Amino acid sequence: MDTKKTTFNNRLLPYLLLAPQLFITLVFFIWPAAQAVKSSFEREDPFGLSTVFVGLLHYERLFDDPNYLDALSRTAVFAVSVTALSMLLGLAFAASVDRLVRSGKVYTTLLVWPYAVAPVVAGVLWWFLFNSSTGLMPFFLEKIGIHWDHDLNGTQAMILIIIAAAWKQVSYNFLFFLAGLQSVPQSLMEAAAIDGSGPVKRFWTISLPLLSPTTFFLFIINVNYTMFDTFPIVDATTVGGPAQATTTLVYKVYQDGYLGLNLGSSSAQSVLLMLIVMVLTFVQFRYVERRVQY
Amino acid sequence: MFKKLGLAAAAFALSASTSLAATEVTWWHAMGGELGKKLEEIATKFNESQSEYKVVPVYKGSYPETLTAAIAAFRANQQPAIVQVFEVGTGTMMAAKGAVYPVYKLMKDEGESFEPKSFLGPVVGYYSDTQGNILSLPFNSSTPILYYNKDVFKKAGLDPEVAPKTWKEVEEFSKKIVTSGAAKCGFTSAWITWVQTENLSAIHDQPFGTLENGFGGLKTQFSFNGPVQQKHWANLKKWQDEGLFKYGGPVGGDNAATMFYAQECAMTMNSSAGRAGVINNAKTFTPGFAPLPYYDDVTKEPKNSIIGGATLWVLNGKDKATYKGVAKFFSYLSKPEVQADWHQYTGYLPITNAAYDLGKSQGYYAKNPGSDIAIEQITRGTPSANSKGLRFGNFTQVRTIVDEEFQSLLAGKKDAKQALDSAVERGNKLLREFEAANN
Repeated sequence: MDTKKTTFNNRLLPYLLLAPQLFITLVFFIWPAAQAVKSSFEREDPFGLSTVFVGLLHYERLFDDPNYLDALSRTAVFAVSVTALSMLLGLAFAASVDRLVRSGKVYTTLLVWPYAVAPVVAGVLWWFLFNSSTGLMPFFLEKIGIHWDHDLNGTQAMILIIIAAAWKQVSYNFLFFLAGLQSVPQSLMEAAAIDGSGPVKRFWTISLPLLSPTTFFLFIINVNYTMFDTFPIVDATTVGGPAQATTTLVYKVYQDGYLGLNLGSSSAQSVLLMLIVMVLTFVQFRYVERRVQY
Repeated sequence: MFKKLGLAAAAFALSASTSLAATEVTWWHAMGGELGKKLEEIATKFNESQSEYKVVPVYKGSYPETLTAAIAAFRANQQPAIVQVFEVGTGTMMAAKGAVYPVYKLMKDEGESFEPKSFLGPVVGYYSDTQGNILSLPFNSSTPILYYNKDVFKKAGLDPEVAPKTWKEVEEFSKKIVTSGAAKCGFTSAWITWVQTENLSAIHDQPFGTLENGFGGLKTQFSFNGPVQQKHWANLKKWQDEGLFKYGGPVGGDNAATMFYAQECAMTMNSSAGRAGVINNAKTFTPGFAPLPYYDDVTKEPKNSIIGGATLWVLNGKDKATYKGVAKFFSYLSKPEVQADWHQYTGYLPITNAAYDLGKSQGYYAKNPGSDIAIEQITRGTPSANSKGLRFGNFTQVRTIVDEEFQSLLAGKKDAKQALDSAVERGNKLLREFEAANN
């Protein structure tokens, strides 16, 4: 391959071009993050009238707090379930639509719709469907002998937010998987077909391995999504209850900081959340990426 | 940080549009929908009544959102002059001595007449310091009452004009209602924390916390795991198992109203401010109104119930002219005709005795049966240390804890004693945290 090499002699230009992005990153990401780190070491009244440096007190308290440790494992369950469910469904839908020639566009449009629904609205929608006194689903579930009451049953509440959060994310995964599938070289598929392998075999041995970069990318995006962006869904469906059964880490940050005005502990929690996501992303890039074939 | 920048921008935009003639008084509130419109009408009428000051109401979302927004604004030095804070935020506001301009002091400084005695005792007691000085202006206060479905009562063979007075009767009536098939459940309740724990304690003269329910200082500890509360929670669990009681959900218990309107439950307990909603939604049945039930083996003379709702707090850091306007506006708000109008329109309590008397002379209570039950319930007897109100820091979180423990009880994970003990223990940790942050 021959590439044309362009050189820029102006040394300032690259920095100038980078400046807007750097500025935004600094103001909207680095600065607030630094503030959070700072206040996680302080004890302060809500109005900021008195501030005392307390060192690692908030962190020590958190790791002594069974509620926090529960929220940690609960978030893991939630993240894994939502990611697995939404990626599997997204892949299944993409594989189905990919085989359609004429109606493919219609299905694509329809399947993307949930992504356009705001998370709060998605939450309220599922809340209505599963409302124990007026909802449609509990009515049908009762007929097959399942008593649905996510106001009291923690497991059911968890299932509800997993469904709502996964439903919202299926569209996104679907789109990326579909694009991935469509970029699988047709010649490979044809060659395999001539060699006598059926559609299922072709999917497993050709499409899926070629999709691995997409899968890897989506995996990171989905984990981040469940860690941070599912707050509105929890808030609109279960408010973290019953008895904290759906209080995920990000929801606990909100409860303690925004409702409880305990800024120190809330900041410490956001810092920990930030670290968790950083470590996860690092691990994913470092170890998972090695096995990904680009 | 985001929030602060946004607030600063919003405040800047607001100040840029200030008209030069009148001094502007910003008022952040949490009243949406119909209530918000009525509130804006009050501000408009005040603005029309004089030309020196202009009160600008700004809707800031829910109660917690409004409080958090005001605090963030204060930290960025962009606070409003007046902010509406709900009753559970009272402890937080009272502890923030440097941020708050106490109302009694403001009125004195500005030479406006302000007589604590003209307010309803239990309302004003909730918002006074230990010396009896009023720190924030009562605006919208309510108290829980019992709502029942007269048609279902009739169907169950009960007298529709007789509501249950005691919990024993609630149980008996509910049994009749459920066994006769008149309704699927006997009763439900909004606000398990406020109605079935805080008000239950006040009515039966049981301490909710030490040091006069927290009025005596930040060293207070919770004590709502006493025998009466235990007995009541155990009963609620028992009644749930028997199908007499249905849980309406955490916090405000939104499903309680739904189940009552759908005639699934024959009775519900909710804020007196829910009266308008009940009348609007009870299209196919006649609702009845009654005081909250009590245990007659605990007390023969139930104490007053305690309030919920919100008050108006004045924040520090504004200029003299603005405070003059705030004082004038507060005098206007306390006028009997303004108060009576607000009370009759919304179902909140009349804050002053004069507003109550005005309603009586207008014949409002005679024309609207049941509209005075809340007032009678809150003014009955002499308030004791256990019934004059609650004052705890971090109370929003404590309420969440009480909700969680109640859910554990109903789910059968804990019995009443374990659930209440655990709520007290977890709540006390938050009180100590609050004490440490405010010393």
